[in-house]
Amino acid sequence: MLDRNSAALALTFPSDREIVMTRVFDAPRQLVFEAWTKPEHLVHWFGARGWSLTICEIELRPGGTYRFVWRGPEGEEMGMGGVYREILPPERLVSTESFVGCVPGKESVNTMILEERNGKTTMTTTIVYPSAEVRDAVIQSGMERGVGESMDRLAEHLQTMA
Amino acid sequence: MTADQLDTVFAALADPTRRAILARLASGAATVTELAEPFEMSLPGISKHLKVLRRAGLIEQGRDAQWRPCQLDASPLKEVADWVEPYRRFWEQSFDRLDDYLQVLKNREKRRARQK
Repeated sequence: MLDRNSAALALTFPSDREIVMTRVFDAPRQLVFEAWTKPEHLVHWFGARGWSLTICEIELRPGGTYRFVWRGPEGEEMGMGGVYREILPPERLVSTESFVGCVPGKESVNTMILEERNGKTTMTTTIVYPSAEVRDAVIQSGMERGVGESMDRLAEHLQTMA
Repeated sequence: MTADQLDTVFAALADPTRRAILARLASGAATVTELAEPFEMSLPGISKHLKVLRRAGLIEQGRDAQWRPCQLDASPLKEVADWVEPYRRFWEQSFDRLDDYLQVLKNREKRRARQK
């Protein structure tokens, strides 16, 4: 098991329309990059507990689109999608992101940087929204529906893989 | 808390001197002179920072004109934490799952390397 304390997620707000997420993973960045960009990997981890990624489409090329749809513990759905802008495996991924139902033009631009040191990867993702209002709306409502606490699907998944 | 109030709190927290002032006040009330000491800053300079913190509701200042001791009010900090909590939880839970999944991928690669 990983020491969760050393792998804590850091969320900072350097300006009123940005979010910066920093997280360390105990794996080489090649693996982290693949886990982020291949549907066969994403379905195993992306989403809060109790939510399953039911649609995961990725066209991994500059200008290519992606679309994710989750189903929650009560059958509720949420989705997000966007366009890949820059793809530089295994160190940099720039894409736009918006939640399904969002008004066009309200998408964020997300820049993920992966740095590797001694076999561990530090992910720094900078999310820039068009305005403070959009950022705050995403934080206040967009993710709320994405959180379910009903069960720990991961434990089940790991058992089937063992 | 409205979006404007949140922005005021974030702006107040964006400055390292103001964060240090809050950290100092977390261990008890202090006068402006006491607060100015570790920063090698003029009293008007510190007063400017205190004004920003006061507007954000992060400190209360006594009315005694001579001493005006400052006190921390942590309630806006809790509101900021509550506001971002669902967002944080989404990503924390995803990344915890990713931790475990990366171990699975690492083991798979090791097995593959052994088979070669």
